[in-house]
Amino acid sequence: MNIFVLVKRTFDTEEKIVVSGGKIQEDGAEFIINPYDEYAIEEAIQKRDALGGKVTVVTIGGEDAEKQLRTALAMGADEAVLINTEDDLDELDQYSSAYILAEYLKDKEADLILAGNVAIDGGSGQVGPRLADLLGINYVTTITSLEIEGTNVKIVRDIEGDAEVLETSLPLLVTAQQGLNEPRYPSLPGIMKAKKKPLAELELDDLDIDEDDVEVKVETVEIYLPPQKAAGRVLEGDLSAQVKELVNLLHNEAKVV
Amino acid sequence: MSKKVLVLGEVREGSLRNVSFEAIAAGLQIADGGEVVGLLVGDAVADLTQELIAYGASRVITVEHPHLKNYTSDGYSQAILAVIEQENPEAIVFGHTSLGKDLSPKIASRLQSGLISDVTEIQGAGDDTVFVRPIYSGKAFEKVKIKEGIIFATIRPNNIPPLVKDDSRSGEVSSVSVDITNLRTIIKEVVRKSTEGVDLSEAKVVVAGGRGVKSEEGFEPLKELANLLGGAVGASRGACDAEYCDYSLQIGQTGKVVTPDLYIAAGISGAIQHLAGMSNSKVIVAINKDPEANIFKVADYGIVGDLFEVVPMLIEEFKALKVNA
Repeated sequence: MNIFVLVKRTFDTEEKIVVSGGKIQEDGAEFIINPYDEYAIEEAIQKRDALGGKVTVVTIGGEDAEKQLRTALAMGADEAVLINTEDDLDELDQYSSAYILAEYLKDKEADLILAGNVAIDGGSGQVGPRLADLLGINYVTTITSLEIEGTNVKIVRDIEGDAEVLETSLPLLVTAQQGLNEPRYPSLPGIMKAKKKPLAELELDDLDIDEDDVEVKVETVEIYLPPQKAAGRVLEGDLSAQVKELVNLLHNEAKVV
Repeated sequence: MSKKVLVLGEVREGSLRNVSFEAIAAGLQIADGGEVVGLLVGDAVADLTQELIAYGASRVITVEHPHLKNYTSDGYSQAILAVIEQENPEAIVFGHTSLGKDLSPKIASRLQSGLISDVTEIQGAGDDTVFVRPIYSGKAFEKVKIKEGIIFATIRPNNIPPLVKDDSRSGEVSSVSVDITNLRTIIKEVVRKSTEGVDLSEAKVVVAGGRGVKSEEGFEPLKELANLLGGAVGASRGACDAEYCDYSLQIGQTGKVVTPDLYIAAGISGAIQHLAGMSNSKVIVAINKDPEANIFKVADYGIVGDLFEVVPMLIEEFKALKVNA
């Protein structure tokens, strides 16, 4: 099994967002592997251990993303690839990200590509399905179970709380939903081993991509924080009076019930 | 300049989902005086065309085929791309639902177009349409536009108000025949797990429980309250990790982002990741034993108390309200 995992470096979920000069401030922020991508990495490792083969983790980003790739290697991935666009591109969108990944993957003969179903920063969930389309392979999103036998694949996917059971075949791209597995923490020996595992760095030139090919289709006009919610009212009095008051407020003041 | 907008109507268990009507309203704003063409895809959808027109579609196109009974990205994209080729729309709107999220990137890839996902507000119209969407799960927002080419967006349920239904509206209905072939995914079954058929992302009322719910059985009063209010049950990560409920109920930065009219948080402390998933709800009620709990900072109304005392009392009060109404 030739397995690839798409990973993205994202803000830690604990981080508060600060906007200045029209941009999200990254200084001093902690970064992590996008949590949904961790499920994808874990699943890739389990499938490799069961079926044999190799797991390659791939990201697009700058030098800083090396840290997240090393973490994936420490979890148990075999190789990592950083497609470094820092010097070539000011901005990326889902179109350009999928294009770059497709150019990298088109001659790799991947049997299985895994990704998170959405990144917790941009939150669009587009790159996986777009990439599958560019590669001409099938895709299944938000999966919670994956069984592979030969080239036959049985999947359970989450569709808004319901479970859809389906069958398809390799080659395939899947995106991970929470519940797929329990991602492992890198072990100390894993971290030591990861330092020696191959981590290749590519630039657009290495993939024969022209900057014009990856011009973004979507333009950000403004980034801003939502208005701060004023602290509300904590009700007082005995509990049954509070409950009566609450129902009255919801019915007559907020008019939501 | 006015635009021709194609809007996908989404059918679930034989009925149109509300987000379809919201998408028509979004389409009308982008159209800026142009026409909104409704599109229905399935094995038997002809009965639903008039409803799209009543909500503002100028006309409706159907694509019916036995292979479209269940949604698959292969089947639906073949149907929709055939209609796009025939109609040449200048803009496309889908709901940001499970189906819309899965399908829209494939269509955008085929059209080599941009795609703006999970839109909560539309400003301007026509060529100057600007889309507002949450990023970092609602911790921030961005305004984006398509630089050139087809305008393509998915809208989050429950955020863009639909038009008032008007059955006197009329419009042409036509069908396009498409041969649906080479489906690479076979749907075996769908196991329904959601509460009483109210979808969490579309629910007007969400009653969510956290670690304070203490057990799987602890969710029962929350379910009763949700059912009484026609809402859905949600949960914090803490409750899911403790296996009190299924991960599909999780609300937060990982999990679902919801914006109901009323969000009742019971026994939820209010970690920043959870707040990201619900703090844009219209009215928030917090019930927690700990007066210092973070959740009270975003709540419009708070009750400091044990949820197992408060929730049953709330149920009785709401029942009384219904009887008197």
